[in-house]
Amino acid sequence: MSVKKKSKPIIIPCSGIGKAVGAITRRATYIVTDELLPSVTDSICLPLLTIQDKETVRKIRENPCITIDGCVAQCAKKNVEHHHGKLKGNIKILDVMKENQKLKPGTVLDIGPDGEKLARKTAEKVAKIAGDES
Amino acid sequence: MKIKPKIGLISCSGEGLSEGMISREATRRILEQRDDVVTICLPLFLAGGQEERDFAKNNPCITIDGCDKICAAKGVEMYGKVDPKSSIVISEIVEKGKHSRPKSKSRIESEDQKLVQETMRIINREVDRVKEEE
Repeated sequence: MSVKKKSKPIIIPCSGIGKAVGAITRRATYIVTDELLPSVTDSICLPLLTIQDKETVRKIRENPCITIDGCVAQCAKKNVEHHHGKLKGNIKILDVMKENQKLKPGTVLDIGPDGEKLARKTAEKVAKIAGDES
Repeated sequence: MKIKPKIGLISCSGEGLSEGMISREATRRILEQRDDVVTICLPLFLAGGQEERDFAKNNPCITIDGCDKICAAKGVEMYGKVDPKSSIVISEIVEKGKHSRPKSKSRIESEDQKLVQETMRIINREVDRVKEEE
């Protein structure tokens, strides 16, 4: 009897270097993978998808993916879609900011306390999707 | 009078390894200190349009990668169809400088500051060298 390997949700942030929202995607990912759902979620380096690394492409096709994007370019989502990954959810920081208009993030290098709050709110959304998938 | 293009700094910002955090931090700090450098989010090479793909053709690029998979350098070659003018790899700086490998992929610890500073020194040196050659 073959045993089907359980899939592990992969959280993929854009990690954009140009804006604070990119830094928030990264922070939100670590909150999920290190605090909220450690051991049942995973992450990958998005640039490995950009350069079409075979092992990484295989991973996103075999496991549910949740992308977190900072800006309208939606790099994380588009990179996963381009490689026909199993996209189960996409969270946009701009949407989280619209829902929490009083929270003003800091800078790329220091997202500040409001940025941290936005990251946590984003992480909770991601964890909810990941929890349903794991 | 010929206007010299700004030097492109492309960081891998890899989420999966602590060295990716160093590449991101050092690159961003340089971007905030100098006005002769520009950047682009690496995943935009795939997610963006021709304008993004032409970034490396229009700006001589220095890539800052965390590990020997050198996603940023490969991204420039793959999408820009040019070689980076210089390729900096954090894991090599760690080895050559006998630095401790950074422990956290989510934050810069105080003991990582020397590695960030050393990386910034190398980026600055390479920017000056590439500018001289252009």
